[in-house]
Amino acid sequence: MTEAILQVEGLRKVFGAAVAVEDVSFSLAPGGSLAIVGESGSGKTTVANMIVGLERPTAGRVVACGRDRSRPPRSARERRERGHEVQIVFQDPYSSLDPRQSPAAAVDEVLRLHTRLGAPQRRRRVEELAELVGLDKRQLAALPSRLSGGQRQRVAIARALAAEPQVLILDESVAALDVSIQAQVLNVLADVREHTGVAYLFISHDLAVVRQVSDEVVVMQGGSIVERGPTSRVLDEPEHPYTRLLRASVPTLGWRPARRLTHFSTEAR
Amino acid sequence: MNALLTVTGLTVRLPLDGEPRKVLSDVSLGIGHGEAVGLVGESGSGKSMTARSIARLLPQGAQVEGEIGYAGTDVRALRGQGLRDFRSKVSMVFQDPRAHINPVRTIGDFLTEALRVNRRVSRRVADGQAVRALEEVGVADSRRRLRQFPHELSGGLLQRVMIASALLTEPRLLLADEPTTALDVTTQAEVMAILDELRRERGLALLFITHDLELAAAVCDRTMVMYAGRIMESRASALLHERPLHPYTAALTAARPSVLRRVHRLTTVPGRPVSAFEAPGGCPFAGRCAHVEDRCRERRPDLRPLAGGEVACVRAEELHQEPAVTRD
Repeated sequence: MTEAILQVEGLRKVFGAAVAVEDVSFSLAPGGSLAIVGESGSGKTTVANMIVGLERPTAGRVVACGRDRSRPPRSARERRERGHEVQIVFQDPYSSLDPRQSPAAAVDEVLRLHTRLGAPQRRRRVEELAELVGLDKRQLAALPSRLSGGQRQRVAIARALAAEPQVLILDESVAALDVSIQAQVLNVLADVREHTGVAYLFISHDLAVVRQVSDEVVVMQGGSIVERGPTSRVLDEPEHPYTRLLRASVPTLGWRPARRLTHFSTEAR
Repeated sequence: MNALLTVTGLTVRLPLDGEPRKVLSDVSLGIGHGEAVGLVGESGSGKSMTARSIARLLPQGAQVEGEIGYAGTDVRALRGQGLRDFRSKVSMVFQDPRAHINPVRTIGDFLTEALRVNRRVSRRVADGQAVRALEEVGVADSRRRLRQFPHELSGGLLQRVMIASALLTEPRLLLADEPTTALDVTTQAEVMAILDELRRERGLALLFITHDLELAAAVCDRTMVMYAGRIMESRASALLHERPLHPYTAALTAARPSVLRRVHRLTTVPGRPVSAFEAPGGCPFAGRCAHVEDRCRERRPDLRPLAGGEVACVRAEELHQEPAVTRD
């Protein structure tokens, strides 16, 4: 296998007395796509936050592009360099954009910070990125309040890509979108990976979306990884009982939802 | 059909930016005794407003045209005690249980309020009924739950409390507005199982609102698809899913990734879903439809019977003959 672009080893995070993440290890190849699947409380978003640097790991190591990023950066320069390595797109497109900044200005700001391009080149680059994610000129100049959820999410993706990251973390980035818009954004993500060679870390609870976008998958439950493997194998022949339960919970025609009384007592506080 | 609920020509306008804007446009539907009907659509399609119109929970200033009949009574004319009685027969469960429960009152207060106030049942008897209702929806240790506050319960547990409260007045029709959307998938399966079981045991009719066509098809006898405040198609769930009549239903089915297999590219619909007041003249889906013709833009197609269901598309027959056009 080629050298991993992102490697996570023995990651652990403790909030007070609660262990949110316990001994999580995985690696992501350049241009690869790995999904972390789990339900609320599984620790999947905490893992993403630790990789990006929004949370500090209690123990363990995060290495991106050969550089350790388990500790906060020591200088503004180091912080900026880390921006070239990993970027993130969040779930809620309504709270992740500055309401007073047009998409063109938002993307340009990242270009000014992360590249040495002059103004005309930046303008061209903004247009390239807009075309890549499917935003037109009018949408580029509009304020976020004039854009729909799907359009906002494209802006967030374009902005993340402006830093030319090697890894893009997508934390439930299509979960809040309408079905017809979600399909558009999923296709955009496939195009972007094909054209730029960026690797994806996809955080999701939606197995159908995971099937569509990822090559490999890790399944998390209660902070730990319970199963991992190629996406098609894990979804077609799940081995761990929890993965089987997740798989059986996806509604399909003729699906009879199961009522499992045992689960109620464990979930109940 | 001997319908429990009939809606005829329902058009609703809500004040938006100081102007009445159409959110529902000529909606007609019927729900039979004990029938489970799915109502599927994207944001702005009017699915929640349909349920709110039926439950008489529209915001102030709403302009309503059309008829809503429940077991022979005119729902729109109900006032006072009549309306309270109607609401005990037609209950509603909402998407976000936390937004519909008083956070400073106990679960017990919440569950027994309607019984104590409307039916003058004693606290002790009401508590007993609440305990049984909680057990019925699979909440363990229900006596203790009555003394707890909403923040002490997880989302899945709280949604079960909401369902229990909706059942306490022994309704005939349950309006469930995305009751599982905020829940984890495994919890969703449990809540759906509970709804399904209760429905079968009690002969309860269900209007199940969701954005998830597969979920609706899995648990409902019949599914209706809404777009821009109109019903586009209504059909037996299995048929609707396998061979949709309306291009919009077909587009929705094709756009959703499948858990069973990966496709090279998802079939997308250009543009975004529109609300009733933004919809163009003619067919509201015309601007996004792959099969659009000039006549689609000229007149609004009415909902008409076809192939065991109903569809609002002028080209439905010819498209139905060539399924290869709409499906990969």
